[in-house]
Amino acid sequence: MPNIQQLEALTTQVRRDILRMVHKVNSGHPGGSLGCAEFFVSLYSEIMETNDGFDMDGKGEDLFFLSNGHISPVYYSVLARSGYFPVDELNTFRLINSRLQGHPTTHEGLPGVRIASGSLGQGMSVAIGAAETKKLNKDKHLVYSLHGDGELQEGQNWEAIMYAAGNKVDNLIATIDLNGQQIDGSTDTVLPMGNLKAKFEAFGWTVVEIEQGNDIASILEGMSEAKSLSGKGKPVCVLLKTVMGNGVDFMMHTHAWHGKAPNDKQLEIGLAQNSETLGDY
Amino acid sequence: MKTYTNTGNKDTRSGFGAGLTELGKTNENVVALCADLTGSLKMDEFKANHPERFFQVGIAEANMMGIAAGMTIGGKIPFTGTFANFSTGRVYDQIRQSIAYSHKNVKICASHAGVTLGEDGATHQILEDLGLMKMLPGMTVINTCDFNQTKAATLAIAKHHGPVYLRFGRPKVPNFTPEDQTFEIGKALKLIEGSDVTIVATGHLVWEALEAAKALNEEGISAEVINIHTIKPLDDQAILDSVAKTGCIVTAEEHNYLGGLGESVSRVLAKHKPTPQEFVATNDTFGESGTPAQLMDKYGLNSEAIQNAAKTVLQRK
Repeated sequence: MPNIQQLEALTTQVRRDILRMVHKVNSGHPGGSLGCAEFFVSLYSEIMETNDGFDMDGKGEDLFFLSNGHISPVYYSVLARSGYFPVDELNTFRLINSRLQGHPTTHEGLPGVRIASGSLGQGMSVAIGAAETKKLNKDKHLVYSLHGDGELQEGQNWEAIMYAAGNKVDNLIATIDLNGQQIDGSTDTVLPMGNLKAKFEAFGWTVVEIEQGNDIASILEGMSEAKSLSGKGKPVCVLLKTVMGNGVDFMMHTHAWHGKAPNDKQLEIGLAQNSETLGDY
Repeated sequence: MKTYTNTGNKDTRSGFGAGLTELGKTNENVVALCADLTGSLKMDEFKANHPERFFQVGIAEANMMGIAAGMTIGGKIPFTGTFANFSTGRVYDQIRQSIAYSHKNVKICASHAGVTLGEDGATHQILEDLGLMKMLPGMTVINTCDFNQTKAATLAIAKHHGPVYLRFGRPKVPNFTPEDQTFEIGKALKLIEGSDVTIVATGHLVWEALEAAKALNEEGISAEVINIHTIKPLDDQAILDSVAKTGCIVTAEEHNYLGGLGESVSRVLAKHKPTPQEFVATNDTFGESGTPAQLMDKYGLNSEAIQNAAKTVLQRK
């Protein structure tokens, strides 16, 4: 059994990393990053089976693709704290000559990243491709992906969703971050997407709902259910209900912090709410 | 003057199909993806031989490009097949981010390029694809001239690591390059030696350039004909060596003069050796319905147009 307290301590440290990274360069996307901190920590610490070191081909290990690339701060923090690259490199986020670009990319060779993302709606197709190759290679490991809920407004997703069910891509677990927010407001006011569970099911997917997407025990339970449902002829979708900005009170329940960095005072408040656990970079 | 024999008209897309069939037998990492145009792209035989390595994605080109990018992770070499229009403009951002920027080993194979697609008209006749693709950092861009060259190029790009755009067409055109040729990416082919004017051609215009050179020769004009099958990386040296001798150049392509081979040649000449140049290309226009021959005639993409351009540029020396 995983030690939930340890994962929570790591999550708190990841929140500090996120706040400090975006504050330093006065840019980046803290809201969605904070909302997915527990998910990333759970994924990389407990859910995925990964090999030591980084190999682009990822044979014999689970793979992860981040489709909503703007939440790079949480991705970078968890990759670094999982050993993919030195934690000190988080200092270079969004700076010139950095491997930690504003949006994740393979271009500078950052270990842990297998595709560029940022222009939305492309990650599910990529994850399907990687899953098809795993099948050809007779590699039983799984492919995970994460997508924003607003991102599902991009039409390519629905091409991919149709393909994955039609072709029984059942080694794919695609998680949707259901925080209900996007840049211009709530997803319901910008472009209502209706009942996503019914939509995915109508397209032929198996759907797992995680109601408490910021609770590590709930995430672990939901993702292990998702794993158990893989390999049964259908792709698996996890609807992860999160709170944008989770863990920093003034950033929660609003789209205001989608793409805005805290000022000095706000950083201080945010850090005070998340005391150092594993050591700042 | 060296002459070339047409061994029988064949479509370049069938050259692609033949190459893909051979790759299926020789390279188990090659996979093929198609967006509901298997017959048009001549991918049927690969599909029949290797159903487990053939991926029908339906009418969903954006998804096809993303899947292809993902399939490279784990060592596959995906060849995507659809019309040139749907291989480029329709999916530009998918190619830009998931393939080019991510440096994925995807081969984008595009048929029915240019006006010679014919009767379907301008919605399907892309004349901007070379420009779109050559602007992407790291993208190799190839436009082949006949069946044999297209087959050889298809085999060659499987051995090249990195994204490639391979452009070919629908109509049956003269097949005149050697059956057993080795295709060298980025290496221009000098087809005819000449001293008065250089003609640099790509794709379907190469045969027209050979015909033009023959007619010009009868008028006492010695034309050098170079086949540029690789638009990017361009064989700068072959162009510079030729114009050092001739002092003027005609470029010929089934593409808009904006963004095509002609502009790439101009860049080389402007930097190293400013030289009078004429462009045989479409003049910033869309195409229309008609037979391939009618369209090549109307849009000035044939031997006669090349001859006229050669005579014009000779006056500018």
